[in-house]
Amino acid sequence: MVKRKVVIQNDLGLHARPAAKLAEAARKFQAKVYLRKGSQQVEAESILDVLSLACTKGSIIEICAEGEEAERAVSEIVELLTEKIS
Amino acid sequence: MKKLKGIGVSPGVAIGPAYILLTGRIKITRRILRPEEVSREINRFHRALDETIRDLEEVKKHIPAEMSQPLSIIDAHILMLKDPSLIRETERYIRESFMNAEWALRKVLSRYQQIFLSLGDFYLRERIHDLEHLIDKVILTLQGQNNQTTLKEPAVIVAHDLSPADTARLRPDTTQAFVTEVGSRTSHTAIVARSLGIPAVVAVKDVTETVNPGDLLIVDGLSGEVIINPTQEVIEEFLDRRLECQERKAFLSRFAKEPAITLDGRRVAIRANIELLDEIPLALEFGAEGVGLYRTEYLYVTRRDLPGEEELYRTYRQVVEGLSPELVTFRTLDIGGDKFAQELDLPEEINPALGLRAIRLCLKNPALFRTQLRAILRASLFGRVRIMFPMISGLGELHLAKEILAEVAEELRREGVELKELPSLGVMIEVPSAVAIADLLAREVDFFSIGTNDLIQYALAIDRGNEEVAHLYEPLHPGILRLIKQSVEAGHREGIEVAMCGEMAGELFCVPLLIGFGLDELSMNPQTIPAVKNLVRKLSFEECQALVEEALNLPTPEEVRALLLDWFEKKDLTLF
Repeated sequence: MVKRKVVIQNDLGLHARPAAKLAEAARKFQAKVYLRKGSQQVEAESILDVLSLACTKGSIIEICAEGEEAERAVSEIVELLTEKIS
Repeated sequence: MKKLKGIGVSPGVAIGPAYILLTGRIKITRRILRPEEVSREINRFHRALDETIRDLEEVKKHIPAEMSQPLSIIDAHILMLKDPSLIRETERYIRESFMNAEWALRKVLSRYQQIFLSLGDFYLRERIHDLEHLIDKVILTLQGQNNQTTLKEPAVIVAHDLSPADTARLRPDTTQAFVTEVGSRTSHTAIVARSLGIPAVVAVKDVTETVNPGDLLIVDGLSGEVIINPTQEVIEEFLDRRLECQERKAFLSRFAKEPAITLDGRRVAIRANIELLDEIPLALEFGAEGVGLYRTEYLYVTRRDLPGEEELYRTYRQVVEGLSPELVTFRTLDIGGDKFAQELDLPEEINPALGLRAIRLCLKNPALFRTQLRAILRASLFGRVRIMFPMISGLGELHLAKEILAEVAEELRREGVELKELPSLGVMIEVPSAVAIADLLAREVDFFSIGTNDLIQYALAIDRGNEEVAHLYEPLHPGILRLIKQSVEAGHREGIEVAMCGEMAGELFCVPLLIGFGLDELSMNPQTIPAVKNLVRKLSFEECQALVEEALNLPTPEEVRALLLDWFEKKDLTLF
């Protein structure tokens, strides 16, 4: 299992557009990607579950992935989440 | 035949059959499946999902690439329909609880409703409406009723309300007009309708119930009239009116891009008032020589928290680039904080028009103001930009605002942004005290822009929204005419340009007076530009000046109106 933590930097938090980008990215790889915030864990592919995590600016989330391309999936998603998408 | 009346928000006349778009909740029944029906029901669910996704993809194809906002909304919607969690849960209800697909979807929806409505973030909470809307579409498809995109014949769309995505899918070739039960002149749908050139009437009470599918409708997007099943006579009258409208439009648009120069050679800049990026192509098409008023509130009011600098910058840059080499005039934030940001935590006000709004709000929340100014200054590198501050009532406010602007510019330069020259700076003349000290203000700015809507409201102490006094709102009031004259003269004495960007600037009836006052620029709704330019070309500046002298000697608005009517008649000028 590959894991990395990021801080959400986008002013609006992880709202619909970034969540959509995230879900799209998660679908691309041969890996199961999860997002964890506090005690909650959701599939990154599920835009609805990601939105329901309510990741506002400053929230710390952990990205975890398992599978063949887990490493690549996590690094792409970390990049996506830290480039201040809005 | 029956007549209804709403607010005309996008001009034009359309005649066509009514097409009622279901946007409310749909009645569904619960059915218990027999075990052998389960796998068929799951297939049925998937087929409906796929069909709805295909529909949305189809809609996407017809949205111009410039309209990035509706596009990204639809992308997010497609992903919601592909959501693995949504699919798994729905399948589980079908398989384990033997629910029909419609009912299972509603169950899943209600689970998400509970989760989303408990979220603290307003913006995220609002997203549940997107899901409700989508699930309704899937249910309609399941019931074989989702013919919303199969609108092949031209029709008049009738709905309770239209979401931005709904409006974006109204293709001009099959949508003759649209009529909704709610909305206002500034609602998103009205703006999009205007930018697409589709006639639209909003705020027509109970129209979805009064009108039956297929009823013949006449829609007049200017007067706000909606006529159901008109008589032959009325149809002919409207066909004439439409033809006249089209001929006139065609005639005017031929010369729209030529400048507006009076018979005796005075050139007046005719610019557009815009609010959205999407309005730019049409504004230029109508012959706007740039934008005299870019309202910057939209990015703030469409949600409850504050947009960041990057988001503002990206949008502003697109606006500046889209208009270059013509100029764009940014009006800094012009609303009360109560209208948008919960983050600001402001108390409710008894009299918001006289309260903490516009420049006052910005000066009280410098961080809010700085973010916007930074975004504007950064965008200014990509074209021609002017900045104006709204609701300035005294020099103190102007000094503070200028100081902040200078600080922000310095800060950007330190960060390496190559800001050589600052944009021209102006103030809105809309508070009566600003007119009284216009001579002092004129020494400190590069231009004035008279905002007549507020100036009239404040000078006459009339709240236009109050039905009891709305009739007293009077642009031709001698008091108002004098305020305009005084502002123009004060500006010209200091050698600065004076513009007008209120509704009055696009009022053909007032144009001869405005030219006579010596205004250098008129900024208005894009679609009125061709007609105003056409009128200006038939006027003589000298005669308009004489007309102003005469008007200023009249004691009442009624007499001014009579003078103008008489003048138009004498000169054989038309008023449309």
